Amino acid sequence: MSTHDNLPATTAGDEAAAIEAAAAALPAHKPRRTDVDPKAARRAERQVSLMFLGSAVMTVLFVVAFVAIPVDESVYIWGFGTVNASNIALGVTFGLAIFLIGAGAIHWSKKLMNEKEEIQLRHSLASTDEDREAAVEAFDDYSADSGFAQRPIIRRSLLTAMALFPIPLIVMLRDLGPLPEEILRETLWKPGSRIITDPTGRPVRPSDLAIGGLISAMPADLPLVQEEEGNLNARAKAAIILVRMEPQEIVSQQGDNWDYGGILAFSKICTHVGCPIALYEQRTHHLLCPCHQSTFDLADSGNVVFGPAARRLPQLPITIDPEGFLVATDGFAEPVGPSFWERGDA
Amino acid sequence: MSATVNTAGKTVRWVDDRLASSNFLKRSMGKVFPEHWSFMLGEIALYSFIVVLLSGVYLTLFFKPSMIEIAYNGSYVPLKGVEMSEAYASTLDISFDIRGGLLMRQVHHWSALFFIAAISVHLCRVFFTGAFRKPREMNWVIGVGLLTLALLAGFAGYSLPDDLLSGTGLRIAQGIMLSIPLVGTYLSFFVFGGEFPGTDFISRLYAVHILLVPGLILALLTAHLIMVWYQKHTQFPGPGRTNENVVGYRLMPIYMAKAGGFFFVVFGVITLISGLVTINPIWLYGPYTPDQVTAGSQPDWYIGWLEGALRMMPNVEWVIFGYTISWNILVPAAIVPGIVFTVLGLYPWIEQWATGDKSEHHLLDRPRNAPVRTSLGAMALSFYILLWIGGGNDLIASFFDLSINAITWFLRIAIFVVPPLVFIATKRICLGLQRRDRDKLLHGMETGNILRLPHGEFIEIHAPISDEEKAVLMSKPDRMPLPASEGVDENGVRAPRARLNRLRARLSNFYYADNIPLPTREELEAAEAHLRHEVEEAAPVMEEDRRLVPARDGAVLHDPLNDEH
Repeated sequence: MSTHDNLPATTAGDEAAAIEAAAAALPAHKPRRTDVDPKAARRAERQVSLMFLGSAVMTVLFVVAFVAIPVDESVYIWGFGTVNASNIALGVTFGLAIFLIGAGAIHWSKKLMNEKEEIQLRHSLASTDEDREAAVEAFDDYSADSGFAQRPIIRRSLLTAMALFPIPLIVMLRDLGPLPEEILRETLWKPGSRIITDPTGRPVRPSDLAIGGLISAMPADLPLVQEEEGNLNARAKAAIILVRMEPQEIVSQQGDNWDYGGILAFSKICTHVGCPIALYEQRTHHLLCPCHQSTFDLADSGNVVFGPAARRLPQLPITIDPEGFLVATDGFAEPVGPSFWERGDA
Repeated sequence: MSATVNTAGKTVRWVDDRLASSNFLKRSMGKVFPEHWSFMLGEIALYSFIVVLLSGVYLTLFFKPSMIEIAYNGSYVPLKGVEMSEAYASTLDISFDIRGGLLMRQVHHWSALFFIAAISVHLCRVFFTGAFRKPREMNWVIGVGLLTLALLAGFAGYSLPDDLLSGTGLRIAQGIMLSIPLVGTYLSFFVFGGEFPGTDFISRLYAVHILLVPGLILALLTAHLIMVWYQKHTQFPGPGRTNENVVGYRLMPIYMAKAGGFFFVVFGVITLISGLVTINPIWLYGPYTPDQVTAGSQPDWYIGWLEGALRMMPNVEWVIFGYTISWNILVPAAIVPGIVFTVLGLYPWIEQWATGDKSEHHLLDRPRNAPVRTSLGAMALSFYILLWIGGGNDLIASFFDLSINAITWFLRIAIFVVPPLVFIATKRICLGLQRRDRDKLLHGMETGNILRLPHGEFIEIHAPISDEEKAVLMSKPDRMPLPASEGVDENGVRAPRARLNRLRARLSNFYYADNIPLPTREELEAAEAHLRHEVEEAAPVMEEDRRLVPARDGAVLHDPLNDEH
């Protein structure tokens, strides 16, 4: 068998000869300083034990530092700046306590332990052909005892049962979460939702926003909803940004007159994988996602001008209410955030 | 001393009475391991993992995996009164109110970074030296599994503090889940218990991070080590080292001291770094909220290549029959890593099939002696590095004041152009080194000493190479491509699997055809005679020369061994 040919089957005599041949080829062992000079050996001995003792000292110092240094004390250390004194003291003492044990042990082995190279033989990992055949034969015999091969009805029904029994384990995962339904398409925005600033929560008048300015905003009912639901899910979809530009700078919008006097509202959630976007370049009206650098042109319907995002940022149509505050004319016309399988064209 | 021996003897007897372990003990203590610095890379991985476990257990005593919103009331002033999850608040407590807590957090993070870095470099070592070849293919696959799990453990771990950076990473992960055709939204809803972010993921990730993944890592790691033990470690070629033996030091005492000591060195260095260098200062990021992000957000280094792939991919998205296929996310986040890990895991079998080499290998390859494998590896590395650079394109853009679009476009093209160039260059370098090895065997080392002989001829003195070096050079395996298959047998009948065999012959040709053969025995003998002659001829002149310029060294006759002072 070819699998056996690599490594020759050996007898005890062959093995001794093989080891001897390898030993003869090994480069001559060069004695170390510590092997020939007792003084050097004693010096190495001292060095090793000094390291072990140093470790012990460091452990004691660690305990001292732990007790003595208040957890919030700061200290200025050149090259590191102002750092937490406790952390640096504990780290250095504990680190050295551990390190010195290792350094001592390695130094000991390198200087003082017998470091003669040894030779051992490898043996073929494969068993002999006889053993293999015997194993296969035994397997056949024993499985014949079970009648597994001879009783197809039992075999098939067992396989059926075995194939099915993990199903409950998967079914039970069902209640990990609700089904998506249409929820990814919905946000809190609806006709008349008042726009408030994030995080201060003030309603926004058009005059609050200068040309070229950008503010993060949310629907007025978001804080309440967030409180009620006890999570950030609504916020993750409803976050918007407001930008203001000269009305004549607007090249296009996602709907007619969705701006209010040059103020445009866009979803803040990137259509790539959902990072919030707020890096705005006034001059070009480009909005850049800090995660993967998708770039959207807010003056041109929020279209993608660069990067991995495939879809424009959804625009929120806005106007003002009788009190002069900015409100949404309607909800988002398309789902916000990353694409998903069922999303389709909208 | 004798007391220790007596105690040891008693213990051994006690255990042996119950487990018949003496024979195993004797063999194990005397087991020989070969030595090379690169064999310590796997050790670093193992030891960092132990440190991860130790520091992780400590952290579980204080960390609260809960998303209940509370108002922070710890001692970090800038966040006082801020609403945040208990997970984030308890991480702040660990960092600011528990003595040694910050140290342990940083030990945990640093050792996790060391763990993955060591695995990655260890993987390169195993790949480039061919240590994955038969009989170690299974261990290679386990290793790839360990790498995958380590990445998963790392990602799950840094998502736990629920800070702004980790939440952003999770948001990206959720965006990727959503892009999966057919099941993406369901997957995301089940993982997060509904919409993102929900209030479940911290406790779920916690179970994954402290139980599921480390349990799997521990199991695979054990199997990995048992196999190394059982199959015996590979060794580099050298005098006396063959495919049939192991040359090195005994486990006891040398490796107990060296490897045991090295564990303490790794642990100590990680602790020192953690005391001195801040990692993941979550208090600067603030609590997670899905509508905020900081510019220049960067994941831990080992996620960088996937991040780069996401950034580089052009924005291709299809809508077919009302369903969305987001290639811009699927390709970089699922397809490319899927292919990378599959090819990585299957590589031992790919090479085995292509070269027809089914023999056992315990002697490592020098990378130059397997030029195609080395070049494929270098090519893969360049691919990885380009993706990794892509992951930092914003930092590069701001640091070097370059256009981010230009960098991205450069990378989009480079990812296709650079790896093949790297392949070609690496192969040329390997073959060049092979030629140089052959030259060394035939002509010895160039000493740089030019000699003018009495009759006016200039010669350069060559020195014979040492026996050790010769043994290393002569270890080069003689590899031949598989014979081209005829496609038909002698009766003109089409051979079964003719096309497959042709492909295989071509592949093996690709692997081995350019190999520079070792000199034959005759060539070596002739070269030796020539060299001897040259040395003899130059001897008197060199001797004279040495007296004239005593400081000059490196020449063949200036033998440092015979040169007393």
